[in-house]
Amino acid sequence: MEKRTNALLYLDGVNVSFDGFKALRSLTLILAAGDMRAIIGPNGAGKTTMMDVITGKTKPDSGDVLFADGSVDLTRHDEAEIAELGIGRKFQKPTVFESHTLVDNILLALAGRRDPFSALFGTRARISPQRIREVLDKVRLADKAERLAGELSHGQKQWLEIAMLLAQNPKLLLVDEPVAGMTDAETETTAELLREINRDHTVVVVEHDMHFVRALDCRVTCLHEGSVLAEGTIDAVAANERVVEVYLGR
Amino acid sequence: MILARLLEMADYRGRIFLALLAALAVLVPIANLLVPPDSFLHIGTGTVVLLGKYLTYAILALALDLVWGYCGILSLGHGAFFALGGYAMGMYLMRQIGPRGVYGHPILPDFMVFLNFTELPVTWWGFDNFLYAMLMVVLAPGLLAFVFGWLAFRSRVTGVYLSIITQALTFALLLAFFRNDMGFGGNNGLTDFKDILGFNVQAQSTRVVLFLATLLTLAAAYIFARFMVTSSFGKVLIAIRDAESRVRFLGYRVEHYKLAVFVVSAVLAGIAGALYVPQVGIINPSEFSPTNSIEAVVWVAIGGRGTLVGAALGAFVVNVLKSFFTTGSLAAYWLFVLGGLFVLVTIALPKGILGALEKLAAKRGTRS
Amino acid sequence: MQRSMAASVGMHQSLMKKASMAGFLAMLVLFAALLSIPARAQSYDAAIDRFLSDSFPDTEAGISALQAAGDARGVAVLDALLDRRLFVVAASRTVLVRDRAGQTNDARTGQTVAEAPAGAVMVRLNNRLRGLAQAALGAMTLLSPDPERRRLAAEAVFRSRDASALPAIDKTLETESVPRVRAALREARAAILLADAQAPMAERIAAAAFIGEIGDQDGIGLLRQTLTNAQGQLREAVEAAIKRAEFTQQLRRAGQTFWFGLSLGSVLLLAAIGLAITFGVMGVINMAHGEMVMIGAYVTFVVQDLIRANAPHLFDWSLPIALPLAFVITGLIGIVIERGIIRFLYGRPLETLLATFGVSLVLQQAVRTAFGPTNREVGAPSYMSGSFDFIGMQITYGRLWILVFTFAVFFLLLAVLKATALGLHMRAVTQNRRMAASMGIRTGFVDAMTFGLGSGIAGLAGVALSQIDNVSPNLGQSYIIDSFMVVVFGGVGNLWGTLVAAFTLGIANKVLEPFVGAVLGKILILVLLILFIQKRPRGLFALKGRAVEQ
Ligand SMILES: Nc1ncnc2c1ncn2[C@@H]1O[C@H](COP(=O)(O)OP(=O)(O)O)[C@@H](O)[C@H]1O
Ligand SMILES: [Mg+2]
Repeated sequence: MEKRTNALLYLDGVNVSFDGFKALRSLTLILAAGDMRAIIGPNGAGKTTMMDVITGKTKPDSGDVLFADGSVDLTRHDEAEIAELGIGRKFQKPTVFESHTLVDNILLALAGRRDPFSALFGTRARISPQRIREVLDKVRLADKAERLAGELSHGQKQWLEIAMLLAQNPKLLLVDEPVAGMTDAETETTAELLREINRDHTVVVVEHDMHFVRALDCRVTCLHEGSVLAEGTIDAVAANERVVEVYLGR
Repeated sequence: MILARLLEMADYRGRIFLALLAALAVLVPIANLLVPPDSFLHIGTGTVVLLGKYLTYAILALALDLVWGYCGILSLGHGAFFALGGYAMGMYLMRQIGPRGVYGHPILPDFMVFLNFTELPVTWWGFDNFLYAMLMVVLAPGLLAFVFGWLAFRSRVTGVYLSIITQALTFALLLAFFRNDMGFGGNNGLTDFKDILGFNVQAQSTRVVLFLATLLTLAAAYIFARFMVTSSFGKVLIAIRDAESRVRFLGYRVEHYKLAVFVVSAVLAGIAGALYVPQVGIINPSEFSPTNSIEAVVWVAIGGRGTLVGAALGAFVVNVLKSFFTTGSLAAYWLFVLGGLFVLVTIALPKGILGALEKLAAKRGTRS
Repeated sequence: MQRSMAASVGMHQSLMKKASMAGFLAMLVLFAALLSIPARAQSYDAAIDRFLSDSFPDTEAGISALQAAGDARGVAVLDALLDRRLFVVAASRTVLVRDRAGQTNDARTGQTVAEAPAGAVMVRLNNRLRGLAQAALGAMTLLSPDPERRRLAAEAVFRSRDASALPAIDKTLETESVPRVRAALREARAAILLADAQAPMAERIAAAAFIGEIGDQDGIGLLRQTLTNAQGQLREAVEAAIKRAEFTQQLRRAGQTFWFGLSLGSVLLLAAIGLAITFGVMGVINMAHGEMVMIGAYVTFVVQDLIRANAPHLFDWSLPIALPLAFVITGLIGIVIERGIIRFLYGRPLETLLATFGVSLVLQQAVRTAFGPTNREVGAPSYMSGSFDFIGMQITYGRLWILVFTFAVFFLLLAVLKATALGLHMRAVTQNRRMAASMGIRTGFVDAMTFGLGSGIAGLAGVALSQIDNVSPNLGQSYIIDSFMVVVFGGVGNLWGTLVAAFTLGIANKVLEPFVGAVLGKILILVLLILFIQKRPRGLFALKGRAVEQ
């Protein structure tokens, strides 16, 4: 059924429309295992919609969405299954479990059985605190381990969410606008963090912030009106006339 | 051993709660059976029954708190599960009447004779057996909750939509049970019970035993609920309440969790209903009325949702208030009070009495 | 008394018709007195004499003689006979007719007799005579100048199928020009021919076909009767006619069901429109919506009460007066609720639901305290009462006006939303509150006004619904679940969806009712709706988009 591809993620000819409005138009995106890719593009370009398609939230009208060397057709799975397949996602609006402690947030994200029965009768509870601490350390939140997630600042919530992704240990991480609302210093740290994560994960980052994208130091894809406008190094994309036009207006 | 482990799960207010229940379990029977009636410490049998009734409400509130307080599912139809359990118990009690009915029919309950039934409807088969009846107490609400929940959660009906269709569910059942040809006694429901397991339901000792059974069930229900919410399962429930899609993208099957807690809660509500019926001596379709369900919601809201103890407390407090108002010249004001409570609690006490008390205590703590 | 009077022309239905008939009889007598022709008068007098002996054979002869005489005064006499108001005084050989007003007149001279003399005896009847008298009366009134009267007479003949009326029918048919009456006459004629075994076969077959074509319930009854002893060609013809008639009946029933469905749909829509604003547009779960409807109904009650006490002649104006009052009062209550409670709960729909449920309890109890728990009588102005016949269906004016009113409210609201500044601001605020606020729109004010508008419309609905429902403190409760169903079914935030949903539900309800009964029908609808919401949680006309997902 699948096309032969040895890409981890393979999107081709993907179309999505809402009430006649085309959010994605024959979008193509191919990612090899271990890649890091930054997606830029003005508001409404379809970046979040693309992530919705990959994670099963939105079903495309047409097009291929394949995962793991083309062996899995993602359009046939729902969110939970896709997560189990190894795709993790950070939302544009930071979403953590506000009335849980940071530890519990990570606990829930850690890989392991996810059915209600084992949740009730304990197999999930036997997860080592060691592992939780490690993950929190990575996002520099270990000192707040027992605090409620609701008490964190906006930026810290973003980190916590990234930490949850790490705990999930997916093959592919989709990170939607991770530095929105962060200070410059925090942005630096986040870029560093993502590069670190990229050592053993494939990462797709959506971001507006050009400094941040530059700091990521990876291939860049620019979306516009639902399709790819330009792709290449940050310098090449930034120099692209059409990209400049789109960003700055005529 | 196990009990100790279970008790461990209870937080401090849970321990207070359980201690309170234990105290009631000892004091009420003594005050009713042993203290002479003219003593001022005596508790009349009527009061015991009333307390027993409140306790069944507390179980219902606990059930509702599990789904609403922990999983964010506001069910406006939990009265339906309560009533279904009640009807299952009522059917057992009706069958126990045997030939002692007004018409003296050996098998058919009076209302069936009256409605010219010639034989027992299939739905009534087996209800002369207590164990079968108890199975139905669990199965009837459980199955309904399963089917309904399976449909609703699978198609991701959430929030107020879910609330409204649960309300429609209980409304539909209300209409259905009003019908005579449903074979559940129509308008009048089931009543005139004689005995339960061979004991006269009216007898003082039976009433005390029923009270104790209810108390025990409440304690067990609390411990079980506490076990649920403190497990990873409970953590997932709370996570669903706070950020459902996050849970889903973490790879959990949200609908399975919701379904599980919904069914458990419905079964608890059914058990509460089953305990309610022999104590009040009647079950009729008005138990399905949407107002009943929504009143139960207010008990939970007032007590403090997501606290279990608070829910039970709220059921108790509101019903004591209700009894105080509705017996006497203040009857006309009860709805004003209840309505006012709805408004007050949602605006001024979003965490209920318990939440407010704790906040107060916390303030004291930081000051001193 | 009234019953036999109605029976005298074979009518057993509406009070109205009885009344108009009585009036007509009086007119007829007057008319006859003015125009009585001497020759007829003679045979009329002879016919009257027949009644004097009060023996059944003589009375029978008298009835035929009266019919033969064709004197319009005979109508009053036969009517009195049937109604036990015909007396004879053997001593003075007078026949006395007591009219409906209780006045007694001499049948011959028409003179008023002060009071019934001592020897007056009521003329007795048996069933046979009663039938004859009814048939005769039917035939005689065929000649009346009032078309409605002629039609009723034709119907009476249709029922009696008295062959002796055939000449009168044929004669009337020659000159009859009112279509309605012509139809009735032809039907009566067909009935006579069909029932008459002596009539020529071809005519009877044609008659059967004709009755089949008309296809009313009475016609089917007649055809069935005929079927029991019909043979050969006639049998075939009758069978075909029955089939045809039953088909017509089915169509008519379908039409009636459709109308009932439309009517129910209009009620649902009326009750739901306000909610479509508060819930659909603002996203506020207002459980007190039904109480707004209830208060609207009580406003109508109070207005009528005041009018009855102070200016009874204005009664027909009670609804037009109540409408703006109800709108303003419930609208203000809505604004108070919004400012006092709901605005603290935006973004917390479940809490809003609970708080407004509390409000609904308080409002119910307040009305109960003020007006008592029982139903209040709200009267129907003249234009709201009565009904008319529309291709064989009974349509009540009340229901019809409510349908019209519902559409008026609906389109007015659409216009308000589309074309006014408030509508514009409303949409701006619901789509993007922050942006609207930064553009200088007073969002708080707009919220209050929107909620007031929704509540006010519920009040309007209450005025209309007071005409068809019991006005009690519980009035609103019966509408709230239905209203939510309609709004959710139609797709939240979509007025047109609400419209379609209301009529779909109304018609579905009425279509199901005959098969499963009213209660089960309602349950079935609820279950279907629940299943539907499973399939399409966002309603029939779901607006896709992020705004509604949050
Ligand atoms: N569920 C939806 N319903 C309707 N329109 C949507 C939906 N999701 C996205 N859109 C529209 O699709 C376009 C792309 O949105 P999005 O993917 O969020 O853009 P980006 O993330 O690049 O800013 C926008 O115009 C948005 O309004
Ligand atoms: Mg986006």
